[in-house]
Amino acid sequence: MNETSDAVKATKAQAKTQAKPQGKPAGKAAATTSTDRLGRLLALVPYVVSRDAVALDEAAAAFGVTEKQLIDDLNLLWCVELRAPDPYCPIDLSYEGGEITVTEAESIARPLRLKVDEASALLVALRMLAGIPDLQDRDALSRVIAKLETAAGAAASQVSSQVTVEVDAGGDTVGRLRQAIGAGRRVHLTYYVPARDENTERDVDPMRLLVVEGNTYLEGWCRRAEAVRLFRLDRVTALEVLDAAAEVPAGAEPIDVDAGLFRPSEHDVRVSFELTPQGRWVADHYPCESVEELGEGRLRIVLRTPDTRWVRGLALRLGDQGRITAPADLAEGVRADAARALARYETAGRAAHPGGPDDPNVPAGTRREGR
Amino acid sequence: MSRRKTERLLNLVVCLLATRRYLTAEQIRRAVPGYPDSDEAFKRMFERDKEELRELGVPLEVGSDQQGGGGEEIGYRIPPQAYELPDIHLTPDEAAVLGLAARVWQRASMAEAASGALLKLRAAGVDTDVPTAVGIEPRVNTGDPAFPALWEAVRDRRPVAFDYQGIGRTQVARRHLEPWGVVSRRGRWYVVGHDRDRGESRVFRLSRITGEVVPDGPADSVTVPADVDVRRIAFDRGDPVAEPRPAQVLLRAGAAQGPRRWAREVRPAAGDGWAGWDEAVLTFRDVDRFAPYLARFADDVVVLDPPDLREAVIQQLKAVLAGSDR
Repeated sequence: MNETSDAVKATKAQAKTQAKPQGKPAGKAAATTSTDRLGRLLALVPYVVSRDAVALDEAAAAFGVTEKQLIDDLNLLWCVELRAPDPYCPIDLSYEGGEITVTEAESIARPLRLKVDEASALLVALRMLAGIPDLQDRDALSRVIAKLETAAGAAASQVSSQVTVEVDAGGDTVGRLRQAIGAGRRVHLTYYVPARDENTERDVDPMRLLVVEGNTYLEGWCRRAEAVRLFRLDRVTALEVLDAAAEVPAGAEPIDVDAGLFRPSEHDVRVSFELTPQGRWVADHYPCESVEELGEGRLRIVLRTPDTRWVRGLALRLGDQGRITAPADLAEGVRADAARALARYETAGRAAHPGGPDDPNVPAGTRREGR
Repeated sequence: MSRRKTERLLNLVVCLLATRRYLTAEQIRRAVPGYPDSDEAFKRMFERDKEELRELGVPLEVGSDQQGGGGEEIGYRIPPQAYELPDIHLTPDEAAVLGLAARVWQRASMAEAASGALLKLRAAGVDTDVPTAVGIEPRVNTGDPAFPALWEAVRDRRPVAFDYQGIGRTQVARRHLEPWGVVSRRGRWYVVGHDRDRGESRVFRLSRITGEVVPDGPADSVTVPADVDVRRIAFDRGDPVAEPRPAQVLLRAGAAQGPRRWAREVRPAAGDGWAGWDEAVLTFRDVDRFAPYLARFADDVVVLDPPDLREAVIQQLKAVLAGSDR
């Protein structure tokens, strides 16, 4: 302990003790645990120390708390005292005039070491970024990985290498789009929409590239839809970088991809499927409104969709792995699709295929074929 | 959250950081305000406090100043060199990619860990709010309920047990695994490890784990073989991939846009009655995957050749028709 702890400090310690308890706990703080808050307090002092002085609002923003909560934190830090052997107040700070300064921080002047989880979360993400092809910042990535490994220690470096995220950013299109974004140019896309089995043509003012749920997307202002849209790059059939400058309207808000890509709408149709054990992959693959075990590995799922065409395609793809149970007219439509397709096979012989009547009507007898 | 408790813990950290000697529980009780008078209550509270500090990652050292002799009371201290984050200086471009990395995690456990790390690095003077030139923002979702428990098991080298519903299986099966690592590809998570039931390395998809992942042995009891590459185990199926084969198909003009994206030799169909159709060649490897894909286009695609693919599509369509009567 510091031998110089003197009468002045003892007085301050007493004053602090008498001042407590001060203020009411902030309502929102109830949601955080005392360990969370302790972590924040231990970071707050070095945050200010490393910057000499910090404005209250700036610090509140950095820590994701309100100014009121921050002031409560600062008061709490100021109140730290040790009673033995002598009363002693190790931390002195001020936030007069909206500017925080720490004049004494002693033992907590440096931040706490990174936990294995914390360092790993960053290291895994950094290594994933390093997996993106044609990266300009690859150098910076290698340097920061090395620095972080040194700071975090061997354990974090080892464990984080056991978690791998592959990012398949998808070749040539990404590179050209990255250049277009850098140069602020408009692009023309031929974009395949699988739900409608349709190629669409559109001019897009690119905003950014994202990788979400393993797919790479261009986010941009679609001039055809006059809205911000995401375009999956593996569905871009053709890309042309135009001479025109991109003009993203000032009010165009980026899509909050963290809230999930699937946006249910009130106009959606609910489609029920019964899946065999072989068909369970559908529940892994698509966002389901509900998933119910039916026993013996079978599932009942409900999907929501604004466009039932892709659901019909899904039912055809499933074959004997599952079937639509509701709505009935959709189930009937799928059977009609299959029957029409089978009728084609009856008329289109293998190798030689002449004479097939180009008649989409289903012969009456076809419907129960395959029983 | 109790303000009083936070305050006590803060005092405790400062007290134990400031001491070079080990402080006994009794010395700590005298120095740190906020502990109760009752011995029993103090003991319980102090135990909980130590646990909380360890959870926060505070390196609490237990020992005694007297070397040997025995009988001396054990004490506590926090060695500053073990507590403090080593100096870390980042250039602006390094700080920028670090900020990008911290935004990668979309949910829960890893996102919290990343922002915790960022907080400490900011506290060390790093400014992470710098725009980056990477030009692409990846997001990774760890929303599988099994993820946090498996990550902890990998971190702590602890065996686990869980129920697994494999595709095509009619029952869930209890599996016992020494986890070596978790990997993600195309947005899906897999755990790789030594399967104690099968006596071999195995891969499990996290979305097919049902119920809870529970510890099945002590920490530090899993040894990851030195030469193991979890990514290779997870994704190299080892099955010989079939040679690519050509398929001759008819595509309805103006339709079947999907297959047309990679069709070759597209030309108007020759036979009578096939006006308004194109002939084309598609390449495929696996009948079992390709037939369902083509069936999806209903009567916009007709397979002419090879016979096994044609038959597979017909069977697929018949199964759809039959499905209604099951």
